[in-house]
Amino acid sequence: MLYSEKVMENFANPKNVGEIEDADGIGEVGNAKCGDIMKMYIKVDGDVITDVKFKTFGCGAAIATSSMATDMIKGATIDQALKLTNRAVVEALDGLPPAKIHCSVLAEQAIKSAISDYYTRQGIDPEPIVGKINDCEACHAH
Amino acid sequence: MKRFVYADNAATTKVNDMVLTEMLPYFSEHYGNASSIYSVGRDAKKAIEAARQKVATALNATNQEIYFTGSGSEADNWAIKGSMEFLKTKGKTHIITTNFEHHAVLHTCQYLEKHGFEVTYLPVNQEGYITAEQVEHAIRPETGLVTIMYANNEIGTIQPITEIGAVCREKKVWFHTDAVQAVGNISINVQAQNIDMLSLSGHKIYGPKGVGVLYIKKGIRVENLIHGGGQESGKRPSTENVAAIVGLGKAIELATADIPKKVEQVSRMRDYLIEQGLKIPKSRLNGGMNRLCGNVNFSFEGLEGEALLLMLDMNGICGSSGSACTSGSLDPSHVLMAIGLPHEIAHGSLRLSINEHTTQEDLDYILEVLPKVVERLREMSPTWQA
Repeated sequence: MLYSEKVMENFANPKNVGEIEDADGIGEVGNAKCGDIMKMYIKVDGDVITDVKFKTFGCGAAIATSSMATDMIKGATIDQALKLTNRAVVEALDGLPPAKIHCSVLAEQAIKSAISDYYTRQGIDPEPIVGKINDCEACHAH
Repeated sequence: MKRFVYADNAATTKVNDMVLTEMLPYFSEHYGNASSIYSVGRDAKKAIEAARQKVATALNATNQEIYFTGSGSEADNWAIKGSMEFLKTKGKTHIITTNFEHHAVLHTCQYLEKHGFEVTYLPVNQEGYITAEQVEHAIRPETGLVTIMYANNEIGTIQPITEIGAVCREKKVWFHTDAVQAVGNISINVQAQNIDMLSLSGHKIYGPKGVGVLYIKKGIRVENLIHGGGQESGKRPSTENVAAIVGLGKAIELATADIPKKVEQVSRMRDYLIEQGLKIPKSRLNGGMNRLCGNVNFSFEGLEGEALLLMLDMNGICGSSGSACTSGSLDPSHVLMAIGLPHEIAHGSLRLSINEHTTQEDLDYILEVLPKVVERLREMSPTWQA
């Protein structure tokens, strides 16, 4: 399993690790059975994501994609965050091995899940805005 | 201070200097084809026969019962497919094995199932052992072969091979054992233990990669896997990999020279590593204590094995894991599943395989680094509650 230097950098010194106690939205995707869980916390001001933290149980790629994805949405608007694709995260990491692409899907879903939770807390139905969170089925073709 | 500690000897070993020295002339000096008549060929032939003698001595077999192959996996494939192809003609179409074999055995059995053979996969217990009684109860009139590993590659548990051999002899069923992990760690006597076929590999015993052995007891009929020449008495055609065979011969001679001394020394270090490693909270040892002298297999809750390996590697420590992410599939190791570990515990496994070259300083370094990286990964994990 060959990882790019970017992946190793983000794994060795991940950014945004931790929890936000008074988070405005929390999303969790994946499960322990599959070997990866990502939990993301966002702080929202107006329509801007002012802070984001993550906790991840998973392999090197899962931790690296969590770090990169959270960094890419920090300071972004919710709209911009919702447009972040797993592809973009993979590109920012200078690629991922094929077996690890699902980690980037998980990161994209974790962000969507946190934003969904934010809308739900605001009393807004998230599905028309965020869409369906596909979680495991999306990344694991059984 | 950062060190380099190689603790993955169950994956492969460094070639011993004495082994390499013996091999080198067979690349550029005695390079002749061992089947040819002139002297550079005869030299090669002699060297192969000397290596065969060394393997035979190590196993208490005769030279005519030793066949060189391209790997341990090939030896496993050959033993199972080759014997069942013959046994089928005698109405024997049933194989008994376990659910935690190496894939070279497991996948070969699964392949044969697709071709009309029946296979019983005996379940190992939670400690990682099978019993001779289980084997005895599974034997049916149409059973032709029992194939059970000598020692498990992941959790190191040593199986009751002598007892299983006795059952097979009594029931007149052929018995093959994959001894790739056992050779050099356990004294083996194929005659006393009633072993009909045995696979071993060069690169697990400080020899080269790409060479293995299948021992086939006189009288056991095994059809060829490869056809095309007279090498290895016509049973395993291919121009001999002379240097590798010479290397394996030297390696097995060295590895079996004083097994009790090695076991005494390495198991003491293993037990220290286990005792100290288990001080890490929410850790467990996988597999019982009748295990290979160099094998340690831990699970740590709240983290995933591949991430652990990467962090250990950043600190110069080489180990391995049974997590799904290291296997390239979604499921963690079938061995850890076989001993009943839940997925999330199996994902957090770490195998450290040490040997007689491992020092106390190496162990202390591992024990200094390991708790730190475990803690660091747990801090990042949403499933971990300190």
